[in-house]
Amino acid sequence: MPTVKSLEDLKRIREEALQKRQVKAASGEANIVVAMGTCGIAAGAREAMKAILNLIETENIPGIIVTQTGCIGLCEREPIVQVQVGEQPKVTYGKVTPEIARRIVKEHVVEGKIIEDHVIPM
Amino acid sequence: MKTVRAMVLVSSDPQSLLNGAEQVYQQLQSEIAAFGLEDEVSLKMVGDIGRHDAVPMVIIYPEAVIYGPVKPEDVHHLVEEHLYKGRVAAELQAPVRELSGRIAWLSARKGTLPAEKRVVLRRAGIIDPTSIEEYIIHDGYSALGTVLGEMQPSQVIDVVKKSGLRGRGGAGFPTGTKWGFVAGTKSEKKYVVCNADESEPGTFKDRLILEGDPHSILEAMAIAGYSVGADEGFIYVRGEYTLAQERLHHAITQAEEMGFLGENIFGTGFNFKIHIHSGAGAYICGEETALIESIEGKPGLPRSRPPFPTTHGLWGKPTLVNNVETLANVPPIIQYGPEWYGTLGTPSSPGTKVYTIMGHVNKTGVIEVPMGITLREVIAIYAGGMKPGSSFKLAQTGGSSGSVIPASLQDTPMDFDAYSRAGVSLGSGALLICDEDTCVVDLGRVLINFFRNESCGKCSPCRIGTQRSYEIMESIANGNAKLEDLQTLINLADSMNEVSNCGLGQTAGTPIRDILKYFRAEVEAHIRLHVCPTGVCEIKIPV
Repeated sequence: MPTVKSLEDLKRIREEALQKRQVKAASGEANIVVAMGTCGIAAGAREAMKAILNLIETENIPGIIVTQTGCIGLCEREPIVQVQVGEQPKVTYGKVTPEIARRIVKEHVVEGKIIEDHVIPM
Repeated sequence: MKTVRAMVLVSSDPQSLLNGAEQVYQQLQSEIAAFGLEDEVSLKMVGDIGRHDAVPMVIIYPEAVIYGPVKPEDVHHLVEEHLYKGRVAAELQAPVRELSGRIAWLSARKGTLPAEKRVVLRRAGIIDPTSIEEYIIHDGYSALGTVLGEMQPSQVIDVVKKSGLRGRGGAGFPTGTKWGFVAGTKSEKKYVVCNADESEPGTFKDRLILEGDPHSILEAMAIAGYSVGADEGFIYVRGEYTLAQERLHHAITQAEEMGFLGENIFGTGFNFKIHIHSGAGAYICGEETALIESIEGKPGLPRSRPPFPTTHGLWGKPTLVNNVETLANVPPIIQYGPEWYGTLGTPSSPGTKVYTIMGHVNKTGVIEVPMGITLREVIAIYAGGMKPGSSFKLAQTGGSSGSVIPASLQDTPMDFDAYSRAGVSLGSGALLICDEDTCVVDLGRVLINFFRNESCGKCSPCRIGTQRSYEIMESIANGNAKLEDLQTLINLADSMNEVSNCGLGQTAGTPIRDILKYFRAEVEAHIRLHVCPTGVCEIKIPV
């Protein structure tokens, strides 16, 4: 990690990070974000995350980035998983069981079909 | 959440029901369907609207037009004019009364359906909390850079003062003033302490910030440190928040690597380091002086004040203690300016407030809305209404030590001043919503039992007062109390409030006093008739 010594440094690092992200999005990579606050974990976010990672590994699916985030405030709908494929709009799923998590990877990310039943309209 | 362009509320207090509110509701339902508006308009029965001179009433948001008394045969015209053509059906409007309190508030906000506005939580649930890069992408650490590079400490304090930010831990003390006190005290060594010992039952707003956006607290603490002249900070996190502690540790390591914490930050010669101190499950350690004692390694007992922590705090040095949410407000204030901050919320309490919603409502969770929203709006819009078949009885704001809000205060704007004028307090932002199956005696007993257990025992009013109050509540619940006991309860609550050493004892009696103020008949029923109106308490009738 570079050390920041001035506001200019900070701006430059910000630009670089932004660029890195845009390159990823432009290459059509899929971004799966699992909400891993305490409420999410308590509701089973870790199981959903594991299911996603397992499936990606066993099926050897390329081009998926799985990251975590905090609680978004919809504790009632946890575990929440957000999916963004390339530059398409972000889709938010609620009450994601490991089974639904696997479906998200297979149907949404791989085949491009959004699983409407589990989408939270935002 | 389904987005609708209009929200129709029908009053359903007993008098409205008697005058045909149910028929009006059904008629509205079929008319809205007939005009094909069911996807755009939401229709809800709400309890007591707080006005009974022209019932049944129909309120249509976002214009906040109040119609009444509405008859079923008026509904066709109302729907066609207002919802279909978008004109106010003036002839059906409720007679204009002298606008006061809640109705005035509704009218003043004409045309603005209170929308969620995320300032503190703008990154929570969006960024990866373990990645400093994502924080930087979302404008992270630029406020710190601006402060260190372009502003004098006194200028920063002026900006915070000008923003009108008030402490979000519950008491609502002006933040800028507090910063000014610490800055004005001469000392070689000063400290900044972040109070993250969020133990008020039902409050979990700080956890959300710490887990979802830990860097924002580090940045705010460094800004605070620069402004008051401190070079060391402590975050006192409650022991149960293991995930929050883990992410904070991680964030501190990253920030130190990149030079946002440590020595010579941004090349300006300013040094600041942050330590994490884990609590061990004592409620009292959320009180600032007990928290300071706890960091010093002593038992968490509150100190006598004065002197205040601003002059004699941690290890006797001037110490700034701020709540997590308060600190999280600082970077955006620096970034967008105090004028911008003033556009949010109400004049006396600018900005937003994070609320945690729980209880007998359809949707529980966390929201961040501008100050001044009403409880009714929170329940109707964000909580998705009361659970089917139940109606609002009371809410408790701010956890155990907060106030009990009856239906009549549902339309009081939620900000520090309006609530204190109404004789209640906003507290930390927990909203416990209870339906009519909740017994107030049972609620009061559970709450005072909590204080009885958590009282540290240092001062006698609190130690004995909470125990004695609990015994009386217990005897009311068992049907063994006498009417005189109610006066004793009030005396106890008053004495605790006046002479206790710290906030715990001072607020312990609040819920009981509120219950006796707003629900006295229900409490008396337990004593006089040996009946619990809600059937919660098991009273054995004495022979």
